[in-house]
Amino acid sequence: MDKEEKKEKKEKIPRQKMPEQVAKVRVRNFDEVPQGYSAETAMLEAKRCIMCKKPGCVAGCPVDIDIPAFVKLIAEGDFMGAARQLKQTNSLPAVCGRVCPQEDQCEKVCILGKKGDPVAIGRLERFAADFERQSGHISIPDKAPSTGKRIAVVGAGPAGLTIAGDLVKMGHAVTIFEALHKSGGVLIYGIPEFRLPKAIVDAEVNFLEKLGVKIVTNFPVGRLKTVDDLFADGFRAVFLGVGAGAPVFMNIPGENFSGIYSANEYLTRSNLMKAYAFPEYDTPIALGKNVCVIGGGNVAMDSVRTALRLGAENAYIVYRRTEKAASRWNSGSPMSPAEEGLFP
Amino acid sequence: MFKIIERKQLSENVVKNVIHAPDIAVRRKAGQFVILMINEKGERIPLTIVDTDSKAGTLTIIYQVVGKTTTALADLKEGDYILNVLGPLGHATEISNFGTAVCVGGGVGVGVIYPIAKALREAGCNVVSIIGARTKALLILEEETRRVSHKLTVCTDDGTYGFHGFVSAVLQQMIDAGEKIDRVYAIGPVPMMRVLANLTRPHKIKTIVSLNPIMVDGTGMCGACRVSVAGKTRFTCVDGPEFDGHEVDFGLLMTRLQMYTEQEKQALEKCRGERNG
Repeated sequence: MDKEEKKEKKEKIPRQKMPEQVAKVRVRNFDEVPQGYSAETAMLEAKRCIMCKKPGCVAGCPVDIDIPAFVKLIAEGDFMGAARQLKQTNSLPAVCGRVCPQEDQCEKVCILGKKGDPVAIGRLERFAADFERQSGHISIPDKAPSTGKRIAVVGAGPAGLTIAGDLVKMGHAVTIFEALHKSGGVLIYGIPEFRLPKAIVDAEVNFLEKLGVKIVTNFPVGRLKTVDDLFADGFRAVFLGVGAGAPVFMNIPGENFSGIYSANEYLTRSNLMKAYAFPEYDTPIALGKNVCVIGGGNVAMDSVRTALRLGAENAYIVYRRTEKAASRWNSGSPMSPAEEGLFP
Repeated sequence: MFKIIERKQLSENVVKNVIHAPDIAVRRKAGQFVILMINEKGERIPLTIVDTDSKAGTLTIIYQVVGKTTTALADLKEGDYILNVLGPLGHATEISNFGTAVCVGGGVGVGVIYPIAKALREAGCNVVSIIGARTKALLILEEETRRVSHKLTVCTDDGTYGFHGFVSAVLQQMIDAGEKIDRVYAIGPVPMMRVLANLTRPHKIKTIVSLNPIMVDGTGMCGACRVSVAGKTRFTCVDGPEFDGHEVDFGLLMTRLQMYTEQEKQALEKCRGERNG
């Protein structure tokens, strides 16, 4: 079989769909929408990869995951091996497999995407990470010998968790200081349960702790200790992963009225504080019959989909650009709010 | 986990807790607050730090039992733990020798005014305190406030103790008598702070108020605690909690405080039901 023939054959397998909750049902619950590949589907999807000699996907990945290597292991049925491979360069594969914008990164440059659909790299990453977690046998990657150096990381969000994982594997002693009572940053307060279950974030954080990362919560750096204090305490370097900062309001009349939220507050109440389960949880949230979300990005989509799940009869997106500009979320991906009736 | 070292009932519905939180105790300055969350399912509420003991590693909070969280907090005994305490948050009170400082506290707000009066006294101010409560049984920290004040007037709304009337009437008398007042600190229920700010405005007496809006994270991330000050949106958690009383939109603050009245009732009823088995 020559190369051309091999490529042709590969292309005949269509990009595998991931099962998901049907729109009518999911729009009224907070459970995760896509439900992951089965082992058979994952292997089938992995076999679509033509194992390019110069893989564009790796160059398209911000953390240089050896994508063909882990995909090959899945194709061969070695799912645990695939998870180990992933975790050599990425400490948060179950998170990244779900919420990385693969369509703009690795999958965007996949050679198969030129004529058809790219390999579903994100879904495969998610599959391998979930398989390992569900197996209960979590592998711990090799660590370099201890350097004897201590490094402080401020903020237990995606940036802080990622760098902590990398640094601890390099042999440094890493302590993360987090102001909130839980680790995860935007993964825990911002991204909703139906897109990223909090149990998965917890599991990835536990994995970092098993790697040796120390996490101190309820610790507002700047208030309890300054960066200078941290250096004085013997930390050799300090990484500031403090997030995007305060929400910016639009300076329009009435924006401080009751019932008007920043997305940060709305999502924090619902996600971190679990206001969707009020009164079992103590934090309340305003329930609107008609909810309007201003904006057209990921956060706006998270907010409007949360509003629907909280029981809104009508939820609207008001966006300054065109529907088409917001359409990457309307492209038939399992995350697409289109099917939830948001783009009539 | 933060251990409750001491619990004291200050009045029928006001409780004092001393909590072991050594990191916060060392750093805290007068005027700052903590956010606490009692348990896994709890909400995050802000409470002013009334006092700290850096040697013992403790901080003191005083709160009125009004809703689900304060009811559950008041139920905790000495030796029990609070899951999360975050602080010290907010700007410290600006403390300097301002001359004559009148410290006005109403209800549980006396717990907030007391540390400010204490710090002002230490800075050399002539501290005149006016504290009040609805009735004698609800009055708190009288002796403590007296100790740090050059002069103290106690008021009760119903006349059961001290001056019969509102704290504002006492301040009005001082102004009418032409007494020299360089600064007023007014801390208590929103209507009280509004009345006091209106009272001092025509006399151009700088009046500082400490606001108590609903908060979630307390670090400037969510904007739940936003208030309008001089027509601008400010976050109480990181820009406050103290603001110039002449510039605060108290009406907006009151509306926002009432945003969850229905849910608060529901949560409280559920909590009471669980307590009574």
